[in-house]
Amino acid sequence: MNRRDSPALLVARDVTISYGKVAAVRSVSLEIRAGEVVAIVGPNGAGKTTLLAGLMALLPLQGEVRRFGATSGIPPTVEQLVRAGMGLIPERRELFGSMSVEDNLRLGGFDRWRQGARDGRSDLDGVFDLFPRLRERRDQEAGTLSGGERQMLALGRALMAHPKLLLLDEPSLGLAPLIIREIFRIIDGLRARGVSILLVEQNARAALKVADYAYVMESGSFVIEGSAAALAQDDRVIEAYLGVAATTPPSN
Amino acid sequence: MNLDIALWLSQDAITNGAVYALLAIALILVYTVTRIIFVPQGEFISFAALSLATLQAGETPGAVYLLIAGGVLVVALDTSGEPWDLARQRLPGRLARFVAPPLAAGALARLSVARPDALWLQILATLAIVTLMGPIVYRLAFQPIADASVLILLIVAVAVHYVLTGMGLLFFGGEGLRSKPFSLLSFKLGALNVTAQSLLIVIASLALIGALWFLFERTLYGKALHATAINRVGARLMGVSPNLSGQLSFTLAAFIAAVSGVLIAPITTVYYDTGFLISLKGFVGATIGGMASYPLAAAGSLLVGFLEAGSSFWWSAFKDPIVFTLIVPVLLWRSLSAPHSEKDDAQ
Repeated sequence: MNRRDSPALLVARDVTISYGKVAAVRSVSLEIRAGEVVAIVGPNGAGKTTLLAGLMALLPLQGEVRRFGATSGIPPTVEQLVRAGMGLIPERRELFGSMSVEDNLRLGGFDRWRQGARDGRSDLDGVFDLFPRLRERRDQEAGTLSGGERQMLALGRALMAHPKLLLLDEPSLGLAPLIIREIFRIIDGLRARGVSILLVEQNARAALKVADYAYVMESGSFVIEGSAAALAQDDRVIEAYLGVAATTPPSN
Repeated sequence: MNLDIALWLSQDAITNGAVYALLAIALILVYTVTRIIFVPQGEFISFAALSLATLQAGETPGAVYLLIAGGVLVVALDTSGEPWDLARQRLPGRLARFVAPPLAAGALARLSVARPDALWLQILATLAIVTLMGPIVYRLAFQPIADASVLILLIVAVAVHYVLTGMGLLFFGGEGLRSKPFSLLSFKLGALNVTAQSLLIVIASLALIGALWFLFERTLYGKALHATAINRVGARLMGVSPNLSGQLSFTLAAFIAAVSGVLIAPITTVYYDTGFLISLKGFVGATIGGMASYPLAAAGSLLVGFLEAGSSFWWSAFKDPIVFTLIVPVLLWRSLSAPHSEKDDAQ
């Protein structure tokens, strides 16, 4: 495989992640190239969240992971990955509940600020333009927000760090259909802004619509992979994840 | 009680209250960042007061050697288990962070022993010795269990308190020490004889409280420290290292303790175990502030000071019980009026 003409942001080879003796992720390989949206779909408990945590260095993993082309012998820390341009929006969002919306967002830019960047103001305005609702609630405590607003705040907070690669865990979980559509519209917009995305979703239909490439994960392993358009037509995927009412394949 | 006595008691109350306030804000600072109820804060105060008195007596305080040994242990722990080439690469940075400063503090202590008339040098050496203990104590005792529950952290804090009290006895002996006053100045305010020493204590408290308020309310660094306490995973994902936050908050707390120790050394005889009683009273003040609010904690500490001064006049045998009993109505009031402050934790 020649990576020179299509830069791979993240390459994982034979990654296994275990809790004690139980392997939650077994020998998984994946690749995300610059400017791509890659989706991982699959049922609850397949190991998707664990895989993201491992890629973000929140959990120790076995196997080889190359992030931004770097192969260091020792595993990086979360903080190093953040500085290198990786971001994770966990399923639980992990907001700072008793802080204001604005402080949450400003902390999203903390590492850049520590590095000497002083454009936090305009970044903040950029996020507020993307999510006008957050501007209205800028002084409100994050813990008092609705589910959709919390997801917007989590996205906005991650964007304040200017990530090159964003890992999104179940962004549509527990949200109303209208908000889900809004979130996926924004994910699509992020790709246009040059942010690559690894998207973990149970909502396979929406995920395959927005993604370029996709993996199907079942009990710890990838069972199917291919372009998102091809997967949306794959009989096994249609039967298990899209249902019989699958519509015509989406086009990008 | 006549007016003279009332004024005299008030001065005493305000001076003591200011010292308790320094303790209370340090306790809140550590708790809001690390969720540790930092019982050994009082030992840092004793260490500071005793180190200053020892330096003035012309000896190098044994705490210096404890500090250097601690720094070496930290580097050994950080380095162990790493591949050799990586460890070698990181060693200079670690030595610069954990071993060089203690050595510099030791050199400063030696220097001030050689120049017994330079009070500022003695104070500087004392501040350096005690402040540097903060991050080392955090790294050795708390960093490995940083994710543990509040209860476990409290139990370890109590253990660290006992260890440090023992070390205090070992290094400074069982006798009380008192350092020379900074200034014998005093002036008349009506019938009251205000000493420069107590004025200095009040000013230092106000300045430190103001500085901390500014740090946490107005700066991104302060908010990042606080974010660690609210949501550790969230903070890490923003690039805020919890280890660094913990070490930083302990450094600040130890610095506050060092300042308090230096300030009270000339007005009280400090024993190796004096710090614990002071820190318990500061804890009452911090509780009044709900372990969260600096101004409320400062006001609460002042209340503790007045209660103590009043009861030492009317009922001196029950001075301490009266102060500690205050915590019962305070806890009742807090649990009825305020929602649980651990809600973020459980979320």
